[in-house]
Amino acid sequence: MYTNTSRLQRFAMSATFLLSMSVVAAAQQFKVNSIVIEQPWIRATPAGAKVAGGYMTITNTGSEPDRLIGGALPQAGRFAVHEMKMDGNVMHMHEVQGGLEIKPGQKIEFNPSGYHVMFTQLREPLKQGDTVKGQLRFEKAGSVDIEYRVEGLGAQGPQQHRH
Amino acid sequence: MGKIGQKTVWIAATLLALTLVSAILFDWGYLRGESEVARAAEIGGPFSLVDHHGKSVTDRDYLGKPTLVFFGFTNCPNVCPSTLLEITDQLKELGPDADRLNVLFITVDPERDTPQQLALYLSSFDPRITGLSGTPENILAAEKAYHIYAKKVPLEDGGYTMDHTATVAMMNSKGQYVDAMHFQAPIATTRAKLRRLLGLGNS
Repeated sequence: MYTNTSRLQRFAMSATFLLSMSVVAAAQQFKVNSIVIEQPWIRATPAGAKVAGGYMTITNTGSEPDRLIGGALPQAGRFAVHEMKMDGNVMHMHEVQGGLEIKPGQKIEFNPSGYHVMFTQLREPLKQGDTVKGQLRFEKAGSVDIEYRVEGLGAQGPQQHRH
Repeated sequence: MGKIGQKTVWIAATLLALTLVSAILFDWGYLRGESEVARAAEIGGPFSLVDHHGKSVTDRDYLGKPTLVFFGFTNCPNVCPSTLLEITDQLKELGPDADRLNVLFITVDPERDTPQQLALYLSSFDPRITGLSGTPENILAAEKAYHIYAKKVPLEDGGYTMDHTATVAMMNSKGQYVDAMHFQAPIATTRAKLRRLLGLGNS
């Protein structure tokens, strides 16, 4: 009897959770001219961490190439685009120089194992469940205000992709 | 015979050649595997560092229990927090059995990762994880002992990030290398390896 109740409770809780997540996800699209940004998220940071990774999908719906050249987050001193690569067991990281090109019709997925936005000189920890405001700057499309969802410490993608 | 005979000879010759090539490849792979085992036996060794409480420690302090050894740094956005979180989850799953395990997080960035910084950072993970820092020379010696590649990568703002080996070495209670936890390996694979390291059956 006890088991059944707790199972039911758990089910109800996760159903509510998933439902609320998908509502949030549906709303997370941002546009500026030909550039569409979907589901921006940041990983929660451990105590004392000075860096955070930002992830999203950026699509260029226009007929001209564009470049992600900058951005900002009030909690961080600096914004850069980085690329992470695993070479066997070694993790390599480098800064993408001169901004990241997005070709016409191209969709670039930023994720923890590839391109990502690297926030450094972080002034305060980012907590799971919070929403933080940020800005992205494109060479042609211009600036756009976006909102990042803060996901769990080890999240590999925005919440709803994991279910 | 004529044509058919010739064809048979050709087929036989091709099969023979294929057999030879695969035998050579197999042997080569086998030998390579052997040398990897030989190299693995060299992983580990003496180190002299400072733990996140500020206490001087050496490798001998961790003998008597199996030990996980992971090299990373706190200015690391993905591999390090992901691995520490995975270890945290695995320790929780193991429960009290995990008390029979040492977990060491050795910084590859002693310049920024002081014992105090490691203590703060590790407060977000399982309290059974110990952070180790030290002088650049002593960190380099530990990296060498564990066959860890680590290199500074300069950033445009004058700062830097680190490239580094992301593997977690699994050492037995005598400080001998047994196995490794690989980044993003299936959780069940790592759990089985940890249970084996602790001499536990499969759950």
